[in-house]
Amino acid sequence: MQKNAYFKGLTIPFLLLLPQLVITALFFYWPASQAVWQSFLLEDAFGTSTEFVWFENYQTLFSDPGYLRAFINTIVFSTAVCVLSLSIALLLAVMADRQLRGGEIYKTLLIWPYAVAPAVAGVLWIFMFDPSLGMLGRGLLSLGIGWNPRLNGHDAMLLVILAATWKQISYNFLFFLAGLQAIPKSVIEAAVIDGARPMRRFWTIVFPLLSPTTFFLLVVNIVYVFFDTFGIIDTVTGGGPSGATETLVYKVFADGKGGSNLGGSAAQSVVLLIMVIGLTAVQFRFIERKVSY
Amino acid sequence: MAQVTLNNVKKVYAGGVEAVKGVSFDIPDGGFCVLVGPSGCGKSTLLRMVAGLETITSGEVAIGSRTVNQVEPADRDIAMVFQNYALYPHMSVYDNMAYGLRNRGTPKDEIEKRVREAAKILAIEALLERRPRQLSGGQRQRVAMGRAIVRKPQVFLFDEPLSNLDAKLRVQMRVEIKKLQRALGVTAIYVTHDQVEAMTLSDKLVVMNAGEVEQIGLPADVYRKPASKFVATFIGSPPMNILPGAVDGPGIVALGETIIEARDLREDLAEGMPVEIGLRPEDIEIASEGQAGSLPFDVEFIEELGATQLFHGKLAGEPFVMQAATGEVAAHEGRLWIAVDPDKVHVFDLKTGARLGKG
Repeated sequence: MQKNAYFKGLTIPFLLLLPQLVITALFFYWPASQAVWQSFLLEDAFGTSTEFVWFENYQTLFSDPGYLRAFINTIVFSTAVCVLSLSIALLLAVMADRQLRGGEIYKTLLIWPYAVAPAVAGVLWIFMFDPSLGMLGRGLLSLGIGWNPRLNGHDAMLLVILAATWKQISYNFLFFLAGLQAIPKSVIEAAVIDGARPMRRFWTIVFPLLSPTTFFLLVVNIVYVFFDTFGIIDTVTGGGPSGATETLVYKVFADGKGGSNLGGSAAQSVVLLIMVIGLTAVQFRFIERKVSY
Repeated sequence: MAQVTLNNVKKVYAGGVEAVKGVSFDIPDGGFCVLVGPSGCGKSTLLRMVAGLETITSGEVAIGSRTVNQVEPADRDIAMVFQNYALYPHMSVYDNMAYGLRNRGTPKDEIEKRVREAAKILAIEALLERRPRQLSGGQRQRVAMGRAIVRKPQVFLFDEPLSNLDAKLRVQMRVEIKKLQRALGVTAIYVTHDQVEAMTLSDKLVVMNAGEVEQIGLPADVYRKPASKFVATFIGSPPMNILPGAVDGPGIVALGETIIEARDLREDLAEGMPVEIGLRPEDIEIASEGQAGSLPFDVEFIEELGATQLFHGKLAGEPFVMQAATGEVAAHEGRLWIAVDPDKVHVFDLKTGARLGKG
């Protein structure tokens, strides 16, 4: 006896899966395969002739010091944004999880930034931190702190990190709060009676029980910093000054659209694709095993 | 080991809800006190105040000779077993039991010794490396007990620990909890809504209702002389029959047309005072028609419980239940004449529900 309901034959299951398969093929596999194909092609500057060049685009790419720089920028940027947005969100969620007067308002307000479009968020941060227009930018200068993200690469990097972090905190906060609320109250009470002080309780009980949420958010955040931060970088710094905030995904755009180097841009996006697949696979393979209990 | 004293303990929640309205009693060293009552009667709140998980609005809780109102739960020297066990799901059984000791800086070899000892007592030695999700309900229950006993606390607190188990396991664990508590000699406070657990476990039974104590006493005394109609109907299964009646003289009540003797009835009551008469289903005897004090009972159906039978029907127009050993009474529907031992007639004030006894 088969326990579950099942279909005889393959027609009906196939038909039921078809819409999803079509969408996946049309919007994911086809563009991805196009990118792979294009990464082996070299086009002249006017787009009149195309030549199949094997791995030449990749060779050029890996010998380009600008690419190495974008690579380092990405590592700095993504590590900083992930660490900051996850830890700040966790801190806020722990605070919000306690019974507070006006807690609901606090939670709702914390969720708002997520609804702001990346480009709008970017503009917002420009206006705040612009050295000549921004209130905060001018404030920093008047305090004698040298601040100019338009000229100073480090300042620019700091600014995009802050903007991208701010944008992602809401999302992380929501999930952390839900995760915290799913921890049974009695488990915490048992730990209280077992003599664990708040900090110890957090690290030995709450944090481990939250690890599935943290793991999920880590995966989501890495995808976010690798791809979705494009809008913020584009509006805040445009990759500048002189490439100081150019991340891998931004370079794909800059070289492909601005530099009209379609082959090189396609090669970059293939590398990016492989990296993210690799990272996610590693996370699932090694971390997920530790977080399930 | 210590005695626990509660002195006029009150709990008022924000918003003015009075969950516990001034409760006082004490539990002797090594005693087993059961708080019993329907849900929402304040019994769990009271237990949580002893544990320190709820603040005490007013009054005093003392463990041993120390008032613990302002003492952190961790420093009260108590251990608690929760209804859903509250095991740490990410820790092995061993770590679950060792956690409290580690937090207190107990040396490693001492922890090892105590955990092994507790595991042996509870017969869970083979499970020490497992995670809680790999355990059955009964095994989890044992681990929760183990976590409490390794600490060697002064007081055990149990918050409905058996209500998530199936009926058979519940009976088995009930016996084990009692044995364990006796063997360890630790004072225990146990909250339940199950009157069978309350009767069997306690040597001090506290019946609560709507935030107040209805009666405190030995379980047998509470059963024999319930202080109120509430206690009378709450303790005992099937519950006591309650019938309307009136005082008909010193030690005599009238139930409809029939006059019956109630030896415990106070003698200073006005004749004709409306009362409620309580008769336990198991205290009913068979009588013959016309015998003094015999009552007509119209049996409508019979429930078979194996060793006993329950006769359901109507007496003086009110629902009535009689329990008899199987075979003792011919099991057929229709009229039966019954009588009650005058020592086993309970009389309650119609208005207040208080027992009208000789004290």
